[in-house]
Amino acid sequence: MEVVDIVAQTPRVKTIAFDVTGWPGHRAGQHVDVRLTAEDGYQAQRSYSIASVPNGTRIELTVERLDDGEVSPYLTDELRPGDRIELRGPVGGYFVWEPSQGGPLLLVAGGSGVVPLMAMIRARDAAGSDVETRLLLSSRGWDDVIYRDELERLDGAGLRVVHTLTRSQPPDWTGYARRVDAEMLAEVSPSPAEKPRAYVCGPTPFVEAAAAALVQLGHEPESVKTERFGPTGG
Amino acid sequence: MDALTLDGNAVAGLLQEVFAVEMTTAIGTCDACGATDAVGALHVFRGAGIVMRCPHCDNALVTIVKDGTRVWIGFAGVRSLQVTV
Repeated sequence: MEVVDIVAQTPRVKTIAFDVTGWPGHRAGQHVDVRLTAEDGYQAQRSYSIASVPNGTRIELTVERLDDGEVSPYLTDELRPGDRIELRGPVGGYFVWEPSQGGPLLLVAGGSGVVPLMAMIRARDAAGSDVETRLLLSSRGWDDVIYRDELERLDGAGLRVVHTLTRSQPPDWTGYARRVDAEMLAEVSPSPAEKPRAYVCGPTPFVEAAAAALVQLGHEPESVKTERFGPTGG
Repeated sequence: MDALTLDGNAVAGLLQEVFAVEMTTAIGTCDACGATDAVGALHVFRGAGIVMRCPHCDNALVTIVKDGTRVWIGFAGVRSLQVTV
């Protein structure tokens, strides 16, 4: 597939758009597998969430550079528009949401874990859905918030975006400034009685902590879907 | 929790390649503790091969090893696998 556009989201994160003419479509939350083959035949394959909504000709991946990664430094540093790389997909059917499934939706993301959740928010917006949706997004600092401007624009009309900044905060910051915990989730989430569909995505320790806290707060384990990524995801 | 832990979503592409159907929504039953989970919710450890473990009791459910032309899949820890066809 040919790279058609690359946009920096934060100093460590880029969105890469591919021309995928003939694309069969995908559901929000699905992935593609990116396969890189070296000249000696060595292959490295990683799974990346699709960030965009289906439009027939183009998909976008948002990739965080992991310093010791095998694939992500190539994608974020070396790739240029016009380059071609091997993409396969869409794959995955577990960590997906479609507007017809309804809500309320509780989306909890750590860092670039926001990518598949952004696909859900965009699908909700594209469908004109008014499903009540809360996004709790944990980032290191304000400049590390992925999709910050788009989220500010979409906030409202049934979508509430809540940030927590774990390492540094702007001087006038009045929001959360700590890691996601049970108290924060209780304040942000719809009550368990409203039976929200929860999607939690981020690094493995983040996902373990947030999912355990949601179950502890009384949410049904079956309604809390998780997707983990880690250094081996890079 | 080991930092190398991923989950079944990370091997969706490989499983689809082998089984030719979407597998992360398949429901597996652990032969050790009897818990049932979607494949997407299983813990995945990626090293020389892939080991999928029960998130409840850590039993090794599925092992996958791949080379250029072949895939070896072991289901030693799975009692049953329910696949939508």
